[in-house]
This record gives sequence, structure tokens and C-alpha cells, in this order.
Amino acid sequence: MSAVLSSIPVKAQTSSGLWSIAMKRLARDKVGVISGGVVAVFLLLILASALGLVARDWSTEVGVSYANPSFLAGRENLEADAVRAAKKAVAAPPVDLSDVDPLAPRYKEWEERTKQIKTTEIERSETLPFGGDKWGRDVIKKTIKGAQASVFVGFVSAILAAFLGTLFGALAGYYGGRVSAIFEWLYNVFTSIPYILLVLAFAAVLGKGLLTVIMILGITGWTGIYRLIRAEYIKHRSREYVRAAEAIGASHNRRMFVQILPNVTHVILVQLSVHMVGFIKAEVILSFLGFGVPVEMVSWGTMLAEAQNELVIGKWWQLAAAGASMAVLVTAFSLFTDALRDALDPKLK
Amino acid sequence: MGAYLVRRLLQMIPTLLGVAILIFILFNAVGGDPAQVLGGKINNPEQIANIRKQLGVDQPYYTQFAIFVKQIVTFDFGRSWATNEAVNRIIATRLGPTLTVLIPLLLLETALGILFALGVAYVRGSLTDRAIMMACTVAMSISFLVYIIVGQYVFGFQLGWFPVQGWSDSFWKNLVTYAPLPIILALMVSVAPTLRLYRTFFLDEIHQDYVRTARAKGVPERTVMLKHVLRNALIPILTYVAVALPSEMIGLFLLEKFFSIPGLGREVIVAVERSDFPVIKAITIYLAIFTMLLNLSVDFLYKWVDPRVELK
Repeated sequence: MSAVLSSIPVKAQTSSGLWSIAMKRLARDKVGVISGGVVAVFLLLILASALGLVARDWSTEVGVSYANPSFLAGRENLEADAVRAAKKAVAAPPVDLSDVDPLAPRYKEWEERTKQIKTTEIERSETLPFGGDKWGRDVIKKTIKGAQASVFVGFVSAILAAFLGTLFGALAGYYGGRVSAIFEWLYNVFTSIPYILLVLAFAAVLGKGLLTVIMILGITGWTGIYRLIRAEYIKHRSREYVRAAEAIGASHNRRMFVQILPNVTHVILVQLSVHMVGFIKAEVILSFLGFGVPVEMVSWGTMLAEAQNELVIGKWWQLAAAGASMAVLVTAFSLFTDALRDALDPKLK
Repeated sequence: MGAYLVRRLLQMIPTLLGVAILIFILFNAVGGDPAQVLGGKINNPEQIANIRKQLGVDQPYYTQFAIFVKQIVTFDFGRSWATNEAVNRIIATRLGPTLTVLIPLLLLETALGILFALGVAYVRGSLTDRAIMMACTVAMSISFLVYIIVGQYVFGFQLGWFPVQGWSDSFWKNLVTYAPLPIILALMVSVAPTLRLYRTFFLDEIHQDYVRTARAKGVPERTVMLKHVLRNALIPILTYVAVALPSEMIGLFLLEKFFSIPGLGREVIVAVERSDFPVIKAITIYLAIFTMLLNLSVDFLYKWVDPRVELK
């Protein structure tokens, strides 16, 4: 296997013509370049967040409850007022009951003991750049952290789905016959169950967690890629270059993954991109329903779930932040995918 | 034709068997012992013992699988673990609300999609066309969740045009009062992708030779669009509507959850939340059978609208 893998770059070099032409085509496509740039900015931000450079302290409660956005500083904030009033009520000296309270003699001792424990009162700010959530966490940082979870899930599960789809499609398309029949059967089984139901059935059994979501989306999402790759392999398997490889004694594996695979990479790449968008959307829905990321993490889906109740009391900023950033990323990604497809496969329109 | 039908029906058996194996692996092998799954959810040991006996947990896997296959063949999936209600009864009572939303949604979506797409295809290549296509891309990128949250808030809560959520026992009250808002929101979401897709169907037809012939002999553009193009584009559109029906369910599941509509989708979500495996298993099997029958009927539909199609 290692021999197989190590020889791929050599092949890629010889076929660099296609890629450099495609890159040139992509560079000419203005919409493609701009949307690609937007996607790159998102990915950089997510990378920075994963490395802890930004939004590391997203879960610190830096503001008052539902802190107003800075541009709406004067807006009344009943929730924060209520919290403050409650604090004041606690701070007020209680009615003196020491004559009837049986615990009264021990209060002094307890007070001294509490004094030994150091607590720091964090200064909660009244406003945050784009507002705060219920616990006074910065919405911008939360959105970045949420992007990290959503995009990570989308990316890894798209890779898993593409891997499964390519492997199955290659085997089915290359060998045909009985092998193909088995995979066709598997394909029919997976596609005969409505997608959302399949995902939920997996979620019911596997429980929640980041890895589970990736598994669910990857295992259920390979069918589309399988179909396309299988068709490509059927087309390629009897081409002259594969026959030539057979003539010089190349093994089945070598023909499948060294000879043919580089010629269908463009299909995989486009599908990877298409599926990533789909899986980001799916992750958001799963997390929203509570079957996605665990409670200590934030994703766009959990933000939207919180936002549902916040909107009723007029706190729209979390919804706006999560909804808008998701919309921008998905739009840019879809446009970029279209540009990529046009660049790699100009025959398709 | 009859032989074809029989063959297609027979071909469903291995697929259905595969679905059964998949569900079985998921819920019996991976999902594990109901005593463990339900620990803390049902505190009546007798009931758990009963469930274990029904599933044959102590028996080897092939016996358990035989029990499951028997359930599928007899369409008797036992009782819900959570409510002890017969699963078939649950499904029968949840089907009505789902259809009350789904059928009007499907009809309106197709009609509006055709109308808008025909309009856009009529002005193809113009600035309006490109602007609408761009708007569609943007509209499609906003999460369905955002549409529902904002729509429910604005139309239900702020403007008070519709009840925020709810459902009643009367069909007409449901259709007129409770169903419109979910349907409108689903339409807002689905109109962009439908429009884009139908537009390509129309454009495919517009470039056909017979359209050019019609124009050449002086048929007005309006007649060309309505008579020649629309009729032929209806073939892929009808197919698409049927094929896309199972994927419509994602939206429907969410809508039922948001608007507390006691339909199948909400039932599945609730069942997943409380590990009510019999309900999920049954709904999955039923919908898989439904999807397969739907695909079969699409092929016959195809034959019916386009007699040139040969069923082999």
C-alpha cells in the first residue's frame, strides 16, 4: 500500500497540465475568486480559533446578561436589571433574627471561613461589540467558536463520505459484475430510507457527540459520490491507458488507484465541496435538535436553538450573528463550488 | 407491463431485507440491550423483562433477526417503550396531521415553481434572470431554521396573523388556521431551489429542435412557452416532485417540531429523544417501503406522460 501511495505525486506531476489549466480558468472567474477568498477567510479564522489564537475565552462571562451591542448601548436591558436587582437584594443586610435563630452563634465562625476563600468579582461590561447571550458571553467570539465546530464537522464528514463513496464506487465500477451488484444493493438500501430518518436513526443509537455527528453524516452521505465515481470508473476501466497498464502487468489495485484515480480526482474534489456545504447545514440542524455537539461546545446549531427563545424577548443579535455568518459561508462556498466545477470540467454547464 | 411490475416488486424484497439488516444492526447490535437503554427511563422491571422477552435479547442474533423480520412481514411492531401505545396506532394517528401540511405544500410548491420558472425562462439571459438566480443562491444559503424562527416570530408573534403554534381535532380548523404558517414558511424556503431546477428543465426544452420549428413557422413566443415548452418540461418536473418527496421530509420534520404539529416527524424526533426504538424502527421501515413504491410509480408515471418510454 505504501508503494501505491508514494507513487501518486509522481503521477500528479505528469498530469499537472489539467490542474494548471484549471487554476488559470478559476483565476479568470471573478465570482469564483471572490467567493474563494471569502471561504479562505473563514477557514483561516477557524484555524486560528482551533489553535487558540482567537475566541479562546469564548465561554467567559464578560458582560451582563444579554449585554446590548455597542451600537445599541442605550437600549433597555430588563434581564440585566433583574440580575442586578437580585444581587442587590442578596447584598442587603438581612433582618436581625439572632434572638430566635439557633444557628446564630456560629455565623461569625462561618463568616471568617468564607473570608479565607478568595473570590474575584468580574467586572461585567454593559455592552459588548455585538451583544451578549444569556450568560453574558461575547456573541462574536461565540460565533467564531461555533463556526469552528460546524465547519470542522462538515469538513471531516465530507472527507469520510468522499472516501467511502470513492472506495465503493471504484470497486463497483472497476470490477462490475458481482461486486457491483453488492454495492448497488447497499446503495439501494441506503437511498430507500429518507435521508433525515436515516440520520436520526443513527443518532438515536449512537447518542450525541462531535465524533458521532461526523460518523453519522459520513456513513449516511456517501451514496451521491458513489454513484458518480462508479460511472466514472465504468467509463475509464476499458480506456487504452488502463489496458496498457494491464499489459505491463499492473495489479488491479494499481490500475484502480494509481492509474484511474488521478483522472477522476476532479469529480471527487467538486463533490467534496458540494457535500461540505450540505453537511454544514446538516450539522446545524442536528445540533439544533440536540443530537449534535455536546453541551460544553457551541455550534451554529446550538446558537440558533438559543436564539429561538431570545427573539421573543427582543434579543436578536445571536440569531443575526449565527444566521448571517452561516449564510455568507454557504453562499461563498456554493459559488466557489460552481466556479471549481466550471474550471475543472468545462464540458459540464 | 404486468411482468415488469411483478419483477420490480420482487426486486424490492432484497432491498427491504437490506433495510431490515441495517436497522437490525443499528438497534439490536449497536443499540444494545433495552434494559441498558431504558435504564432510568422505565423503572418497572417487569416491563423491561417483557420487552427483552419480546425482542429475544437472550437468544442468538439470528433468532432476534427472525423476530424482527416477522414484525415487518406482519406489520406488527409491538408497543412503544415510552408510552406503551401500539406502534401502529401511533403511526396511524400521526399520519393525518403530516398529510394536512404535506399535500397542500406539495401542490402549491409545484404550481408556484412552474409559474415562476416559466416567467424566468421567458426572460432568460436578461438582467432580471441573473438577478433572480443570484437571489435564489443567497436565499438557499440561509438556514431553514432561520426562516422558521424569524417567520414564526414575525407572522405569529409580532403581527399575530397566525397562531404561533398548535393543532386541533378539526381538520378544517387545522387546514385554515394552523397549517398556513408552516406551509408559507416551507414555500419560502423551497421556492428558490425549485425555481432554479425547473428553470433548467425549461431551458433544456427551449433549445430543442421542435421549439425552433415552432418559432420558425411563426408561433408567438407566449404560445411556444405555454404549449410546447411547458408540456414537455412537465415530464422531468413530475418525476422530480415524486423523487424529491422523501427529502421534503427534512423540512417537514423541523416544521412539525417548531409548530407542535402532532405528525410523524415530531414523533420521530421525540422517539429519538427518549430512545423509543420500536417507533423509529417502524417508521423507518414504513417510509422505506413507501419510498420504493413511490419510485416504482414514478416509472409508470413516466410511461404515462411520455409513451415513448419503454419499461424494461
